[in-house]
This record gives sequence, C-alpha cells and structure tokens, in this order.
Amino acid sequence: MEFFLVTLLNSLSYGLLLFMLSSGLTLIFSMMGVLNFAHASFYMLGAYFAYQTGLHVGFWPALFLAPLIVGGFGAATERFGLRTVHKFGHVAELLFTFGLAYVIEEVVHLIWGRAPVDYRIPAQLDFTLFTLYTTQYPAYRGFMMLVSVGMLLALYLVLTRTRIGLVIQASLTHPDMVESLGHNVPRVFMLVFAGGAALAGLAGVIGGNAFITEPGMATAVGSIVFVVVVFGGMGSLAGAFLASLIIGGIQTFSVALDYSILDILGKVGINVASTSAWHGLWSITISQTAPVMPYLLMVLMLIVRPRGLMGTRES
Amino acid sequence: MLTETDIRHLGRSASTSSVLTPRRIVFWVAVALIFAGLPLIFTQSFALSMLSQMGIAIIFALSYNMLLGQTGLLSFGHAVYFGLGAFFCAHALNLIGAEKLWFPVTLVPLIGGVAGLVFGLLFGFVTTRRAGTPFAMISLGIAEMVAASALMFTAFFGGEGGIATNRAVGKAFLGVSYGPQIQVYYLIAGWCLVAMIAMFALTWTPLGRMANAVRDNPERARFVGYNTTRVRWLMMSLASFFAGIGGGLAAINYEIVTAETLGLVASGNVVLMAFIGGIGQFWGPIIGAVLVTLLQSALSNYTQAWLLYFGLFFLVIIMFSPGGIANLITLHKPVWNARLVQRLVPSYVIAAIAGAVMLAGFFALIEMIYHYEAKETSSKAFSYFGLILDPMQARYWIGTAIVLLVGMALVYGVRRVVGRAWENLTVELQQKGAV
Repeated sequence: MEFFLVTLLNSLSYGLLLFMLSSGLTLIFSMMGVLNFAHASFYMLGAYFAYQTGLHVGFWPALFLAPLIVGGFGAATERFGLRTVHKFGHVAELLFTFGLAYVIEEVVHLIWGRAPVDYRIPAQLDFTLFTLYTTQYPAYRGFMMLVSVGMLLALYLVLTRTRIGLVIQASLTHPDMVESLGHNVPRVFMLVFAGGAALAGLAGVIGGNAFITEPGMATAVGSIVFVVVVFGGMGSLAGAFLASLIIGGIQTFSVALDYSILDILGKVGINVASTSAWHGLWSITISQTAPVMPYLLMVLMLIVRPRGLMGTRES
Repeated sequence: MLTETDIRHLGRSASTSSVLTPRRIVFWVAVALIFAGLPLIFTQSFALSMLSQMGIAIIFALSYNMLLGQTGLLSFGHAVYFGLGAFFCAHALNLIGAEKLWFPVTLVPLIGGVAGLVFGLLFGFVTTRRAGTPFAMISLGIAEMVAASALMFTAFFGGEGGIATNRAVGKAFLGVSYGPQIQVYYLIAGWCLVAMIAMFALTWTPLGRMANAVRDNPERARFVGYNTTRVRWLMMSLASFFAGIGGGLAAINYEIVTAETLGLVASGNVVLMAFIGGIGQFWGPIIGAVLVTLLQSALSNYTQAWLLYFGLFFLVIIMFSPGGIANLITLHKPVWNARLVQRLVPSYVIAAIAGAVMLAGFFALIEMIYHYEAKETSSKAFSYFGLILDPMQARYWIGTAIVLLVGMALVYGVRRVVGRAWENLTVELQQKGAV
C-alpha cells in the first residue's frame, strides 16, 4: 500500500509535468499544423536558463525569468524561422524545427558543456512535506504539482474566459474569418508559439532540478511527449491531459516494479531451466521493459484506435 | 491543379520514354566506370574507406527518398531497417564463419534486405495507415521502441558492445576473400550500382507512379480506385528492403554492428542527407549522401563544433532552398542551356565575398567560444586558418566581432544583387523563349 501510494504520487507529478509539455505542443499543432520537434529543446533551455539566472538572482526570480526568456526565444523562432519556411509546406516546417532541435542541443554543448550542470532544488523547498507510512515525501514534488495544476487552471481560464483566449480558439478553426474581423492572426500564431515555448520552459525550470539538467534531456523527454500527443489524440487538450497521466503512471510504475515473468512463474511453481533458450526472455524484469512501454502502448493504440484517445479526426 | 494540357503532356512523357533509352544506358555505364575507376585515383586507405562509406550512404539515402521524395512519407525511423539488416547480416556472417550456414559473402547483403523487407512489412502495416505528420510521429515512436528493445534483448543485439563479426569467412572465390578493403569497396560499389538502377527503375513502374499520386493527392488516388494505404505500405516495405541491403553492407564494411546503427541519430542523419541533397530529384540524395559523408569525416577532423555547423547548414538549406542542392542545380539548367551563365557570375562573386567575410567572422567567434570553454589551462590559443587566436585576450574577441559585423553589413548591402541579376536574366530568357 505504501509503495502504491508513493508511486502514485510520483507518477502524478511526472504526468502533470508531461502535460505542461504536451499542452503547448498540442496547442501549437492544432493551431498551425506544425509539429514542433524543438519543443523538448525549449524544455531543456528552460532548465539551463533557470540554472544560469539562478546563479545570479536565485531560484524564485529565475522561476519567472527563465520561461519569459524561452517564450521570447519561441516568438523569435516563429517570426524569423517558421514564418519564412511556412510557404514551403508542412514538411519543411517540421524539418525546420527538427534542425532547430539539433542546433539547440549543440549550442547547449557549446555554452554549458556535455556534463550535467549542478542545478539544485532551492533550500527553502528541500524538506519533507509529509511522511507516508515510512516514506518521506519531498516538498519539491508537491511544489511541482502545485505549479503544474496552477498552470493548468491558468491555461484553462485564459483560453475560455479572456478575449485573447477566444480569439485563439476562433483562430484554431476559422483563421480566415478571424482575420477578416480585423485580428492579426499571424501575431496570434506567434503568441501561441511563444506561450507554448514558455510553458515548456516553465516545465524545464521545475523539472530540471527534480530530475537532471544535461544536454540529453531534450531527446529523452521529446519522444515521450510525442507519444503522449499521439496517444491522447492529435490536437486534443483533454486527450493530452489524460494521456500524460496514463503514460506518466505507466512509466513510473514499470520502473519501480522489479519482477520478471520468471518470478511469477516461480511463484506458481513452474521453474524454467536456466539453460532453456527462453530463459533470457522470461527473466527480463518489468523495470527493464520500462523504456519500451510507452511506445508499445502507442503502437497498440494505433492498431485499435488510430485517432487516439480523444482525437476527433483521422489525420 | 493540373490543366488538361498538362495531363496530356504527362501522359505522353510517361508512355513514350521507356526506362532503357540509349542515353540512360550510356549514363549507367559511365557511372559504373566511375565507380570502378575511383580507387585508382584515390589510393590512400583513408579515401578508400570513405568511398565505401559513401556507397553505403548513397543506398541508404536513396531508399529513404523512396519514402519522403516519392511517397511523401516523412519518416524519422528509417535507420531501424538499415540497422536490423546490419544485425541480421552480422549474425549470418558469424554463422557462416562457424560453418553452420553456407552462403556466399557476396550475397549476404541480400539477407539484410530481406530482414529489412520483413520488418518493413511488419511495422509498415501499423505506420502507413496514416500519412503526413502523424506518420512522422509514429515512425519516431517505432524507432524509439526498437532502439529501446535493442538494449533489452542483449542476446541478439549484443547490448552496449554490439555484435562483432568477421567478413573474411567462407571459401575465397577466385581470390576474393573480402579481407582487403579494396575488395569490400568493389562489393559495395557493385551493390550500390545495382540498388541505384533498381530504385530508379522503380520510379517508372506503375507502383512508383501511384506513389507520386498518393503523395500529391491521396483523395484523387482513392477516387481512381487505388488503396492509398497499400501503396504507402508497399513503398515503405521496398524502401526498407533497400535500407536493409545498405545495412548489410555496413556490417560487412565495419565488421561490427552496435545499437547506435538503428538509433534515432542515425535516422535523423539520413533525413539530413536526403534533404540537403534534394528530395525533388531522384539523384538529389546521392549528392546529399556524398556531401554529408565528406563533411562528417572532414569537418570532424578540424573542429569540435562541426555538428553545430552541420545543423546550421541544414537550417539554411530549409529556409532558403527547400529543394536542396539538386534544386539549385536544376534552377541553373535553362540559363546554362541559353549560354547565359556568365551573366550571373559577377553577382555570385560579390555575394560569395560578402558571405565569406561574414562566415569567417562567425566561425571564428564559435571557435573562440569553444576554445574558451575548453578544459586545458596552459594556453587556449588556437590556429584559425593559419592565424593564431587567443580567447583569453579581449582584443581577439573585438577583432572577431568586427569581422563578423562587417561581414553582416556587407551581406545586408548586397542582399539584392543576386536577385536583381536573376530578374534581368529572366526577362532575357523569356525574350529568347527559353523558359
């Protein structure tokens, strides 16, 4: 029970972090039809900027500054990069973000080196929030959840209750109409791109010190976020939310479970000889399969329901 | 939109030209002669292994273009089939070496091809149900899945160390044992030629033509009664077949196959090759494969920042010439035919000088940063095209910045020169009736 509850809390905080990433990706995708390969790179930049600004001004100002810088960077990417490439079609746009991810990783190598940087949890949050049975639950995890949920609420309110949110929603489906009503749709696109990048940056700020801040972090989380978006249904925010929690849960639980089929067979009294050709296969533990799980899940989803959990259209 | 005359024109060009025109035969014979003659010119062992690498890259990039260029499928997981082909070939070579299997080494790449085909059929069944962006994401997911499994199933993939093999197995046939690199080069060149011709011929088959239709307008393709999913699936399987052949050759060439061979970096690399070369022309990826292989081995000898330059080069191509280098070449064809190239040369020279100044400053700045961050403590000075730059002294930073700014100002000043030369030329070409 203790194991289950702690893992559940961990998977919740991880899932919410995934949603901060996938929500920006989904918004950008449904608005501009662009799958932003550099999205996870913005996450990485958020962590590195927070580390760097944190050295000078401390964690709390960095929490606000880093996402702003990343957002500005995102706006510039849209304005000077994507908008130029837009006329060449979606493949070119996609490949542009792919190349950008490549360049960002190299620039991070250039500035901060290849080894992980020492980006730490602030001392004010480095205490035990509560003790569950015997496990001490760190306050920072709670803080992460708080920020994610706060962001989620803010996003919801902005999209449904404010004027700019309504314009954004209208531009998703009827860009021409919105334009003829006198709104600057390209600027709305730029805003959404910057907002999505800032969200990813914020996720990087709070995720970078909880996990690890290194040049490989973008690729590590990038493909998981894609899985989340496909699994939840392309362009569906609610789907992305559900998928984030599911994938987060599966990843966290499967890492923690150190059983193999062999153990289970052993429990029911079947022993496989270690010389048998199948011994190697059966002895793979669930935690060893953890990296494959999300992708396997995605492939299964595509076979039974190609449009994903909440997707509305086929492509 | 195609007009009726366009359609009639297309129909004529497709029906009257066969694959084996005399011109094409001459062309392929010339390619074969070049392949045969290259090792006589480049005799160093370094050049020979690079040529072998290029041959493999050409097969891989061309097979990738069957997906992206011809069927419109942007795959981020094509190295999966290349890598699986390589692993199967490595195991086949080991079995031949242990005398558990009899198979001529010359034909071992075919095993890789079949492996690629089988996995292409398997994974393609899932992935080709969707096109466009979803396909790209799913191919990435499959690639991640296979890459993660490769570290899980250590018996087959050899874990971190990979699978080592020995190509000089079996009986030598007519003195060909595949021990020396030169014999391996000719094996690769032979397979490369065969694969190139086969892939080119495929573009002229009904399947190849339908692939183009599915790429351009899937709805119409469905209307005329074709199953677009099946066309995509077939093309993907065939592309995987050729990728597997490339992988098999890689196993023979390097005599070791690691999980990196089927990883995401390898998959990304082939996207870069095909796109830099140009996906709109059949021969575009060949240029890309040769150029990228050359850059990767040449640049990495000179600078640590080569991946950054490489990425930036890719971005520049996408932003300014999305048809790749091949498109730049075809753009000049009418000008060349009208014998007006000399009219463009002055503007190109001006632009090249301005660009060179800017790039010199930019590269110097990047190199300064790299050397500034470097670990060595005694001296961080380095040689830059014969100049000694020291990132610990401010004057070098100022000098570099000045060169960069001057270069940027020059580029800004002459940014319209090339465009204006082209405009003038277009008018003249139209008057001559060459366009």
